Amino acid sequence: MLADMLERLFDAHLDDAALARAAQGEWLGAAWDEIAANGLPLALLSDDRGGFGLSAAETGEVLRLLGRRAVPLPVAETMAANRLLAAAGLPLAEGAAGLAEGGTIAGGRLTGTASRVAWADKLECLALSVGGRLYRVPRAGWTIAEAEHALTGEPRETITFDWAADEGAPLAHDLLAEGAAIRAFQIAGALEAALDLTLAHTSTRVQFGKPLARFQAVQHELAKLAGELACATAAADLAGEALARGDLAGVAAGSLRAREAAGNGASIATQMHGAIGFTREYPLHRHTTALWTWRDEFGGQVHWARLLGKAALAAGADGYWPMVTSL
Amino acid sequence: MTAIPFPSPPADTAAVTALRSEFRGFLAEQLKDRTPRQRSDNWYGFDRGFSRAMGQAGYLGMTWPKQYGGHERSAFERYVVVEESLAAGAPVGAHWIADRQSGPSIIKYGTQAQKDLLLPQIAAGQAAFCIGMSEPDSGSDLAATRTRAIRDGDNYRITGTKLWTSFAHEADWVILFCRTGSGGPAERQAGTSQFLVDLKNTPGLTIRPIIDLAGQHHFNEMHFEDAIVPADMLLGAEGQGWEQVMSELAFERSGPERFLSSIELLKQLIAVLAARDSDFAQITLGRVTARLAVLRRLSRSVTAMLHDKADAGLQAAIVKDVGALFEQALPDIARELVDAEPDPRAAAAYAGVLGNIVLNAPSWSLRGGTREILRGIIARGLGVR
Repeated sequence: MLADMLERLFDAHLDDAALARAAQGEWLGAAWDEIAANGLPLALLSDDRGGFGLSAAETGEVLRLLGRRAVPLPVAETMAANRLLAAAGLPLAEGAAGLAEGGTIAGGRLTGTASRVAWADKLECLALSVGGRLYRVPRAGWTIAEAEHALTGEPRETITFDWAADEGAPLAHDLLAEGAAIRAFQIAGALEAALDLTLAHTSTRVQFGKPLARFQAVQHELAKLAGELACATAAADLAGEALARGDLAGVAAGSLRAREAAGNGASIATQMHGAIGFTREYPLHRHTTALWTWRDEFGGQVHWARLLGKAALAAGADGYWPMVTSL
Repeated sequence: MTAIPFPSPPADTAAVTALRSEFRGFLAEQLKDRTPRQRSDNWYGFDRGFSRAMGQAGYLGMTWPKQYGGHERSAFERYVVVEESLAAGAPVGAHWIADRQSGPSIIKYGTQAQKDLLLPQIAAGQAAFCIGMSEPDSGSDLAATRTRAIRDGDNYRITGTKLWTSFAHEADWVILFCRTGSGGPAERQAGTSQFLVDLKNTPGLTIRPIIDLAGQHHFNEMHFEDAIVPADMLLGAEGQGWEQVMSELAFERSGPERFLSSIELLKQLIAVLAARDSDFAQITLGRVTARLAVLRRLSRSVTAMLHDKADAGLQAAIVKDVGALFEQALPDIARELVDAEPDPRAAAAYAGVLGNIVLNAPSWSLRGGTREILRGIIARGLGVR
């Protein structure tokens, strides 16, 4: 079973010490090499392209797993970049890859910037969207302009391009949509982990002579957390299906609800943990900081809400429900 | 890992798509004179003429065997009819309960004679049902039911009071949940049974109206004073009432009626905002639409589970809990965007719909299992209760 293989892989290479180093911005090169050796960068491609030939359900399972394990490497980004590159008929990444929009092309030269690219200094190439076309930009095509960071501590660098652009290829679908759909699955996975930790903590932590989970007020918060997880999981599936048929409004709907669940779920999980959930010595922070990071990436909440809200208003009172059933 | 599976619902088949289009045409014709204010009654609208038209057109009992007047269509085809009815604000009250849960209970537990008598009437839109569960001292704590049926020859004699029975004054039948055993402390859930009670022809039964907060008459008190019900109207086995009621609830809690109650307000809000060029309106409607789309997916996912005979009690409770939060939030979301004084009798569509929704919304997290009960069920599903 693929999920079991991945769990063992992450168990072996992402121990607490490694995760703590990644939270300081350190590249876990050995872990990346193992992940790459197991074929994960191509996981979303069909068998004949060297991929895993996964069903939609299996794709969701793998992407949620990356979120559940808070893998501090650009594995999901590389998978998505390769999916886009393959769809466009461009060469695949030969190492870690990123997803970005930005830059301008004039006179055959790519210049300008892209902001907050995950692990930009460590990537082999970038799947870059410029003016509706996709370019496979090699690492030599950019320099690091500013070293910024996500709330997880992982790098998000702003980069400056200077590259003799090739022809590129037409984009199969919106690059932000690709990133937003991937993040929705990761959010659902991180909420799985947050619920598991919260259930374990409240079932074992004793106050007033009984486990916290015996208190009705706590039980009801756990129920709300389960509701947010359910919504995030369904939202990710919705976004993934919409992406496959090129429906941006559907990606917006799924992405938005997952982003909302990220914030709601992280709040409940932290509150139910008490002070221990607010520390770096207890693992919840890996998931909450990831949730607070991912919910604002690849077009923020406002970007996607505006896109979907415009579609709703354009549909009008009579067309609204038919629009909802098409999502 | 704590898994709460919500399997992906199947993509719409050609049959589902065709049905949706055909049924939208049916509704447009049937509801052409219905005002927004009337549509905002949602499933509290009660119109026998409409229900008969639904029956004649083959839109009731859709998944049931043809021998009982059903149409042997898929659960997803039925879902289309249900959600399109609600989204259009159709007056579904005269067939709603029967089509959703009474009929399926009769199919599952009924005798041949009960099926032959009642299912064709329900499928024809001619038999309205209501739910006889709550009592004065037994609301959320359903197992505390006190209404008692005692066997007397070929009959049962029933004594007790049922409360909050929506449409008891209009309906033809009630499925009555009551106690048939001794009802001692050891026997709360065991020793209960369900009966099919003819509301129009049962000596000893009186029905009294209870006017709700909105000034409307949906609720009733049903008083049984040594009321006589034929023994062959026992539904299922004596003593199995609790299990039967619990299996009904997954059908009752997961449908689109658990998040579409204020859909007419959302549509009227869009009508008002479409004339504006407001960034805030766009962003807000985007977020609302995302919540609605995901709830719809969760609800269709439970339909898929029920179709596969999976136990979906936990998932249904989640749909109803999250769904009620959504439909109850809409009035306040609307109030952040549009100024209007709510008035259910207003001439203006928007104020009228807002008034009706504001007055009715509090009931949505009470009916069919309170928010607190649902969260308890979810907590039990998580293994902490």
